[in-house]
Amino acid sequence: MLVSVYVPFLVTAALAALVPPIARRLPPRPAAWALVCVALVTAVGWTGSLALLAFTGVAQIPQIAKEGHWSVAVLRAEDPVYLAVAAGSALALATGIVSLGVAAVRQIRRLVRARQECADLPGRTELAVVDDVPLAFAPPGAPGRIVVSRGMLRCLDDDGRAALLAHERAHLAGRHHLFQGFWRLAAALNPLLRPLAAAGGFVLERWADEEAAACVGDRRVVAHAVARAALASAATSRPPALAATGGAVPQRVKALLSPPPARRRLPFAAGGLLLVLCCASLANAASDNDRMLDNAQWAQCALYADTARSWPADREVRPGLHCVDHDRREHGERHL
Amino acid sequence: MDRSDEGARQASGRRARGELESDVLATLWAARGPLTARETQERLPGDLAYTTVMTILSRLHDKGMVVRHREGRGYAYEPTRDEASHTAQRMHSLLEGGSDREAVLARFVSELSAQDEHLLQQLLSGHGEPPAESERSPRNR
Repeated sequence: MLVSVYVPFLVTAALAALVPPIARRLPPRPAAWALVCVALVTAVGWTGSLALLAFTGVAQIPQIAKEGHWSVAVLRAEDPVYLAVAAGSALALATGIVSLGVAAVRQIRRLVRARQECADLPGRTELAVVDDVPLAFAPPGAPGRIVVSRGMLRCLDDDGRAALLAHERAHLAGRHHLFQGFWRLAAALNPLLRPLAAAGGFVLERWADEEAAACVGDRRVVAHAVARAALASAATSRPPALAATGGAVPQRVKALLSPPPARRRLPFAAGGLLLVLCCASLANAASDNDRMLDNAQWAQCALYADTARSWPADREVRPGLHCVDHDRREHGERHL
Repeated sequence: MDRSDEGARQASGRRARGELESDVLATLWAARGPLTARETQERLPGDLAYTTVMTILSRLHDKGMVVRHREGRGYAYEPTRDEASHTAQRMHSLLEGGSDREAVLARFVSELSAQDEHLLQQLLSGHGEPPAESERSPRNR
C-alpha cells in the first residue's frame, strides 16, 4: 500500500510525458488505438489510486468507522498515509469527477448539435458546399456530412480535391470523433493527460491523411493538398498568436513527403508493460487496503468480545452478528 | 455498434454512389464556369465511364443540386448556389466555441503561424527536402 498506491501516478506522469512525442512518429492507426489504451488504463489507475488514498482518510472519521464496524485506532496505527495526502486526494478526485461530468455534458451537446446540422444541411448529398472563406470539415451525424467551402475547392487541383474528400471520409468512416471525445474526457478527469489528447488529435489527422493517400494512390498528392489548403486558409485568417515550434500542418506535410512510418514493436511493448505495472500496483494497493480494513474490523470485534460480558445482551446483537460473519469468512479462508 | 456496422455494409453500394456524387459536385463547384459532362469526366480523378458521369449529373439535377442549360448538343452543368451562403453562416456558428468544439469537429487544416507558412512554402517548392524534388507531377496531371 505504502508504495504501490503511488505507482499509478508515476506511470501516468511518465506516459503523459513520453507517449505524445512518440505517438506522433508511429503509424497513425495503431498509435491512435495505443493512445486509447493508455488513456483508459491511466484514467482508471489514477482514479483508483486517488480513491484508495481518499478512502484511508475517510475511513478514520468516527461515524463512518462505526457504520463499517472497524477500529479507528487500529486503522490509524496501520495506515501509512498522512491525513493531508488523503484530503488532497479526495479533493483531486472530486474535482476530476465534476470536470468529467461537465466535459461529458458539453460533448454530448456538441454531438447533438452537429447531428442536427448534418440533417439540416441542404441537399441530400454527402457533400455540402458553402460560399465562404476556405474551410473543410466533417461533422459526425447519421449519416455524417462533409462541409467544404467553395474557396477550398478552388484552391485545390483535381487530385487534391479527391484527397480532401478522402481525408474527410476517413474521419467519418473511422468515427474519429469518438476517439477524440474519449481522450478529452480522460483529460478532463486527469489534467496530466491533456498532452495525450492533443497528440491524439494530431494522430487522427495523420490517420486520415494516410487513408486519403491510400485512396488517391500517392502520398505527395495528399501532402500538397494539405499544404495548399492550409496556405489558402492562412491567407484569409491568421491566429494572433500560435506556438512557433512548427504547427500540426507542416508536420503532417513532412510526414507525407517522407516514407511511411515503419511499424515498430518496442514502444508498444514498453507502453504495455507500464500499463500492466499500473494495473498490478492498483490491484496490490486495493488488496492491501482491504486487508488493513479487515484487521481493523477484527480488532473491533475483539473489542466487542472483550466488553460483551459487561454489555446487555440485546445491545450486542448487531456487532455480534457481524463478527460471527467475519469470523466465518476468516476461517473459510484459512481452510482453503 | 454491430447494428451500425451492418447498416454501413448494406449501404456500401449506395455509399459508393454518394461518394461519386460528392466528387462530381466538388468538381463543378471548383470550376470557373458551367461544365459539360465530358469536361466533368476529364477533371474527375480515376477513369470513370462517361455514362456514369452522365447518370450522376442527372441525379444531382433531379435533387436540385445542379442547374443545367443547353450548350451545343448537350447540357452544361453548374451547382445551385441558393443555400450556400445561408449554410455558411450556420456552419460558422457550429465551428465557433472553445476547445470542446474540436472534439467533435476537426478541420481539414488547422491554423498556421507565420513560421508554419514559411515552412510550408519551402516544403511545397521542394526546398531542402529531397523527397519533394519530383513533387510537381501531381499538378501537371
